Amino acid sequence: MRLEPPMRNRADRLFGATVGAAAALLMLVLAWVLWDVVRQGLPMWSWAYLLDEPGNAGRSGGIAPILVATLAILGVALAVALPLSLGTAVWLAEFMSGRAMPVRLALHALAGVPSIVFGLFGSAFFSAFLGLGFSILSGGLTLACMMLPLLISTAEAGLSALPDEWRRGGAALGMSRASLVLQVLLPAAAPAVVAGAVLAVGRATAETAALIFTSGYVDRMPGSWLDSGRSLAVHVYDLSMNVAGGDRAAYAAAAVLVVLILIINLSAASVGQRWALRRLTLA
Amino acid sequence: MHNRINRRQLLFAALGTGASTLSSPAWSAERLTLTGSSTVAPLALEIAKRFERLHPGVRVDVQSGGSSRGIADARSGAAQIGMVSRALNPDERDLTASTIAMDGISLIVHRSNPITTLSDDQVKAIYTGQIKNWREVGGSDRTISVVNKAEGRSTLELFLAHYQLKNSDIRAQVVIGDNQQGIKTVAANPGGIGYVSIGTAEFEASHGAPIRLLDMAGVPAAVAEVRKGRFPLSRPLNLVVRGEPSPLAKGFVAFARSTAVHDLVEAQFFVTLAPN
Amino acid sequence: MRVASDLIASRLLGAFAGTAALLLALVLGFLMREAAPVLSAGHVWHFLTDDGWYPLEQRLGLLPMVWASLAVLLGALLLAVPLGLATAVYETFLAAPAVASVLRLGMGLLAGIPSVVYGLWGLTMLVPLIAGWQAPGTSLLAAVLVLALMIVPTVAITGAAALARVPLPWLQGASALGLSRRTLVMGVALPAARGGIVAGIVLAAARALGETMAVLMVAGNVVQTPGSVFDPVRVLTANIALEMAYATGDHRAALFASGLALALLVLALTAMAHLAQWGAGHAP
Repeated sequence: MRLEPPMRNRADRLFGATVGAAAALLMLVLAWVLWDVVRQGLPMWSWAYLLDEPGNAGRSGGIAPILVATLAILGVALAVALPLSLGTAVWLAEFMSGRAMPVRLALHALAGVPSIVFGLFGSAFFSAFLGLGFSILSGGLTLACMMLPLLISTAEAGLSALPDEWRRGGAALGMSRASLVLQVLLPAAAPAVVAGAVLAVGRATAETAALIFTSGYVDRMPGSWLDSGRSLAVHVYDLSMNVAGGDRAAYAAAAVLVVLILIINLSAASVGQRWALRRLTLA
Repeated sequence: MHNRINRRQLLFAALGTGASTLSSPAWSAERLTLTGSSTVAPLALEIAKRFERLHPGVRVDVQSGGSSRGIADARSGAAQIGMVSRALNPDERDLTASTIAMDGISLIVHRSNPITTLSDDQVKAIYTGQIKNWREVGGSDRTISVVNKAEGRSTLELFLAHYQLKNSDIRAQVVIGDNQQGIKTVAANPGGIGYVSIGTAEFEASHGAPIRLLDMAGVPAAVAEVRKGRFPLSRPLNLVVRGEPSPLAKGFVAFARSTAVHDLVEAQFFVTLAPN
Repeated sequence: MRVASDLIASRLLGAFAGTAALLLALVLGFLMREAAPVLSAGHVWHFLTDDGWYPLEQRLGLLPMVWASLAVLLGALLLAVPLGLATAVYETFLAAPAVASVLRLGMGLLAGIPSVVYGLWGLTMLVPLIAGWQAPGTSLLAAVLVLALMIVPTVAITGAAALARVPLPWLQGASALGLSRRTLVMGVALPAARGGIVAGIVLAAARALGETMAVLMVAGNVVQTPGSVFDPVRVLTANIALEMAYATGDHRAALFASGLALALLVLALTAMAHLAQWGAGHAP
């Protein structure tokens, strides 16, 4: 969508400059925060850091078990949240369109519930009631619950924004609802879905309170989905808030977390891109 | 020493039960869970790891959640051992506490503040808002920013008891949650005053944090003084159990109190008890 | 819907939607059950009129913290919405494709930095700066600044997605009419994307209201109605985090009730946003 309408006059150039300045300001602050993190955390980095177990309450050694636990928890969360949210979004947009308002309200309300409440819910439901105890599974499921409102909202917004003509056109062509959704609608809504996914994953990886109560504090290499495991964010929290002299290690772990987010976001963007390219254009 | 991920060790732990029954007591296949104070948790974690290494096949899981959770879980059986960063209250006599370390509490101010000590009365006046400027106690002309701990924390209770105050008497400008937050908050504010764990404060001060520990009743705030028992304000770090603990739990508590883990206690900047 | 695959699809989708609904209903139900002891009219009266928050002395005045949460939210939105939208506009209409990708990546990164890190950065960088101006430094202002930084990605990313949805023919038509880029953006694209943008702002507001860790570290946590931006304040979420570990009985229920209040606040915001758009017509 590269339109190049002209920048005619002073007002236009001012507009461009203001908007550009805003974007630049944000990137500068981002750079400031990242610089702070990397500057303090980088000295601890090495290949050994990624492969060793933590020692001395996390102030030395590495973060291998924590990385594995983080990926496992995220994996569970995404495996549960993505299908559920996409399915719900499609159902809302395609089968409930027009009557979706109360559901949208409820979803937004849930997005406002503090994460610590989700943590307590997870602890009461997944850990205690379902008997999962302090485990990766429990943490991942709790995170999935947290991600659902955001994912469903953004995906549904993306889908219901698509022109109705497409759906009528698809029906006129004799396409089944399923293939219409899969091959036309979802790919067209891909930018929205990816946006939601990026935000939700960002929130999930940054989450601390919810995980302390569900996947726990243990920094041992997890042996099964039912083992307790410490996530990177919890590790950063503990090192900076509870362990004396843990600041350096906290920043090192935070830097790894940032790299992880970067990788996930890049993958999400490329998946979204390929998906969007697949679509059959009806317009 | 830092262990690399040893696949065999993993498999071993996952399979659980013991080819190691020859070398360890009958509780090799058991699992121990500790929950409670986030202050004790890092220490307990390291002790647990050393314990596991000495008794292959045993698993000791340490979770946090706060001292109150430690008490509640020890009572309900959700955990075999609770971690509590204070002495037990009179209404908690159904539990048995075993102290594994001591933690002194000292007042800290910003390093740029020339004050080196405050009398009990001065501290009370500052914390109740009667003295609002450092000038009034011999410092520079700067507003005092009082840093207090949030309700329910054991450090707060200790502080209130020592200075005979009620929490509603205190007029604070900042309320903090965890230990390190206190240090960082005072370090960020030249007019700040707060109270934190001595060991942590000593460490941070020696590593460049712009804070100073205040003497209390003539005794310098130092881990050495707490060890000698001369420092007036300190709290015990306890492992609590209900009733008769399992042999594994008993063994762990004994290990945690032994000289074999003194280096771990000191690495967390707590004070070891006199060797028995 | 005559094809077999459609039947299967709709059943499957229904199942997914049902599971999601069940989980979320459970969360809501849990919240309400834990808050139940204090949801009577008498208690709510106490929340609104008690003098001060001293739960151990049965004084449960929530209002100062409600004002604090609202003030922090307002401040953060005032900063984040213009900045976020400007970034979204820049990324969609003005930036070269390479720059736009970098911007998108940057926003995604901002969204993924843990709140602890934002809190630490705020405590070590922002608070001393503010303290130099006016003690104690940990203040409403610090919370607003940090929170704005944290929710800007939500506004920017959802805003950009909404702008990308504006039908190309509309933009092409505007361009063909000879409209300048500024007019195209302000007069065609933004209004057309209004629905998605507002939805994104509501999500950002929800995030802001629910944020705990970063605000807890830089806001000061003193229970008082803010009088100036330099006053230390305690928001509802920080209160829950600080006290949940040891709260029992009515106190604990009151904490859950404040969580419920937050959810209701977001509900109100959503409803208001929806009303404000009434008559927006067919907006993407």
